[in-house]
Amino acid sequence: MDFGPYLMLASLEGAVMAAVLALTAVGLSLVFGVMRVVNVAHGEFFMLGAVLAWWIASHVGGPPALGFVAALILAPLAVGALAALADITILRRVDYDPERTIVATIGILYILQQVTLMTYGPEARPVEPPFNSRLALPWLEWGDTGLQMYWPWGLSTTSYKLFVIVAAVVVLLGVWALMSRTRIGLLMRATQLDRDMALAFGIPVERVYATVFGLGGALAALGAVLIVPIQQAHYLMGGDPLLLSFIVVIIGGLGSLPGTVVAAILIGLSDGIISVFFSPMLAKIFATLLVALVLVFRPQGLFGVKPR
Amino acid sequence: MTIKTTGTTRRGALKTLAGGAAAATSLPFWARYAQAQTSEPIRIGFQMHRTGIGAAYGRWYGRTTEAATRLINEAGGINGRPVEIVIEDDGTDPKRGAEVVEKFATQLKCDIGYGTLFSHVVAGSAPRAGELKLPYFIVSEGHQLASGGLNRYTIQPGITDVKSQVQAMAPFVAANLGKKVTMIYPDYAFGHDHRDFFSEAIAAQGGEVVAKLAIPPTETSFTKYFPKIPRETEVIYHVMVGPAVLTFVKELGEFFGPSRPEMFGFIDSLEAVDIASPGLEFLEGSYFWEGMPRYAQPDQTSFDKFYREQVGVDANGASVADPKDVSTYAHMFACWETLYVIKAGMEAAGYQSFKDRPALIEAVEAMTDMAQSNEHPQGPKRFNGKTHQVFGQQYISQVTDGKLLVKHTTSLEDGFYPDETDYTKMPF
Repeated sequence: MDFGPYLMLASLEGAVMAAVLALTAVGLSLVFGVMRVVNVAHGEFFMLGAVLAWWIASHVGGPPALGFVAALILAPLAVGALAALADITILRRVDYDPERTIVATIGILYILQQVTLMTYGPEARPVEPPFNSRLALPWLEWGDTGLQMYWPWGLSTTSYKLFVIVAAVVVLLGVWALMSRTRIGLLMRATQLDRDMALAFGIPVERVYATVFGLGGALAALGAVLIVPIQQAHYLMGGDPLLLSFIVVIIGGLGSLPGTVVAAILIGLSDGIISVFFSPMLAKIFATLLVALVLVFRPQGLFGVKPR
Repeated sequence: MTIKTTGTTRRGALKTLAGGAAAATSLPFWARYAQAQTSEPIRIGFQMHRTGIGAAYGRWYGRTTEAATRLINEAGGINGRPVEIVIEDDGTDPKRGAEVVEKFATQLKCDIGYGTLFSHVVAGSAPRAGELKLPYFIVSEGHQLASGGLNRYTIQPGITDVKSQVQAMAPFVAANLGKKVTMIYPDYAFGHDHRDFFSEAIAAQGGEVVAKLAIPPTETSFTKYFPKIPRETEVIYHVMVGPAVLTFVKELGEFFGPSRPEMFGFIDSLEAVDIASPGLEFLEGSYFWEGMPRYAQPDQTSFDKFYREQVGVDANGASVADPKDVSTYAHMFACWETLYVIKAGMEAAGYQSFKDRPALIEAVEAMTDMAQSNEHPQGPKRFNGKTHQVFGQQYISQVTDGKLLVKHTTSLEDGFYPDETDYTKMPF
């Protein structure tokens, strides 16, 4: 394939990945920013979203779009509720102590993963996309008669992949509006700045925590529902998103939403482009190297604020 | 509270380990006791891919094993003793595989080990079976056994190895589909067998492999690999495994759109997947290797019919109980046939106890031709005692109206190659 179309295909693939990654990582970043909890079980909320999407879509009859829309609404709600419940019953009991929450969320990770294995089983199952038409993309080249348009072999995307990108942008704008324009967002930001002072001002910090943890889980689940018509629901699928989300959050700065989005685009696009041109392994090496460099030279992340 | 819990868990784990070690050391005494009673069941340790990337195969290997064991027991067992299958999950993981083999030999008092499919798990487990002198019947397709890379205790009597399969296929590909081939295969031992032996075999037919795309078996998204397919490609040769095979084939279709090259795939790329799945329409007219035809053919043998009924598979290769539960039909026959080879071997060796294990190996090594029958429903086979490898016929099917229709059946001779080792010269 020629360089131009090749690069365009790589960027498209990278953009889809960046979109899903941004949703997943924003959830992780939000939880850390507000609660100072490193949620190791985040990838499992992602997995649960995908598995529930399959379950809902296969129980709702009618056209595929109906099942998908139902999954898009119900799966994040269910996962969010489960995450909030995990916060109330587990994280609150260990007083959000940093070390103990890590151990506790590792426990949640294994419980969710194994319960899924025991009930849903080890198979990978597909969810049918609501619409999916192949869009061949043209490319321009200088020919004998000047600029010509042609259709390179393989340069294509699908309408569904474009939808994923658009949907992720819309949801991220929604999260931004929630944080900066609403009362609950104000409460979250106040809690993030100074937990004790927020408590002194009568903010129900515990309820804010449960909401944030639920929201984080719901965002991961939403990312998964969007990706599951492209990939498939599988009980081990939470591993990669967890690792990549951590990479994104560390590079972007823990707790910084704009940083997370920028880092997700950076990692998603570089992963797409490097794995197309070189090898997927090199893309992972590059991402990990970037984390190491950020940790050495700018430990607070690209957009993070130095702790006072 | 958490700290206390961690402490208890660790102590508990240590206790279990100590208990296991104690049990292992005391084992020879009561193991001898158990063997003194000849009405005790023959215990076959079934190393099963219940979880991990091989889970779909594991489920169907399990069902096939269950059906064959039931029939063997209904017919009086082996040497008058019932057969008991002892299942251990290996997570499709080589390290765990070696532990499972060890558990069969030392803790679970199994007479033999059996049933491993994924070649990297075989590579991890077989050396341990050799050290523990546990007869180890693999159902794997890997060429590592026949190449001399394993040991005398490892035997593959139910399924042809990849080298033989691709050697038998290559002439058909070169003659009917094209000579410039791009290969897409999983990046581990099994895929490397395909890469090496198909490259050799197609070169012998005057063709060439123009590109080789190795994909990690745990990969979940594939479009990024496809631009490496050169424009001159006439045939795509694809073989993929793992939970994401459906995504793989779908993205392949999306990549090419309406102007795809010819395609020759190993059915592994679609094992346990319904060919009528949305997004797979582009496969119409493409070719697949099948170890055994998934769809009941117009000239279906009575043996295939019997085998399907007993395992619970319908004419479309799916579970009788759930038409969406598609089987791994092209591979799982080998479990059935391997169990009947074990039965024949144990009967020929007069197998009674662990001390007869070498005699069992020798009895299987002495086997040659196996006729197509209810015991061997896939087709006639010839076993090579020197390389511990069986050779069978292969099927090439074309997707026709969303079903696989057999177009060509290779002969046993198409798959023969010179011996690369002689295990019978290796001491027990």
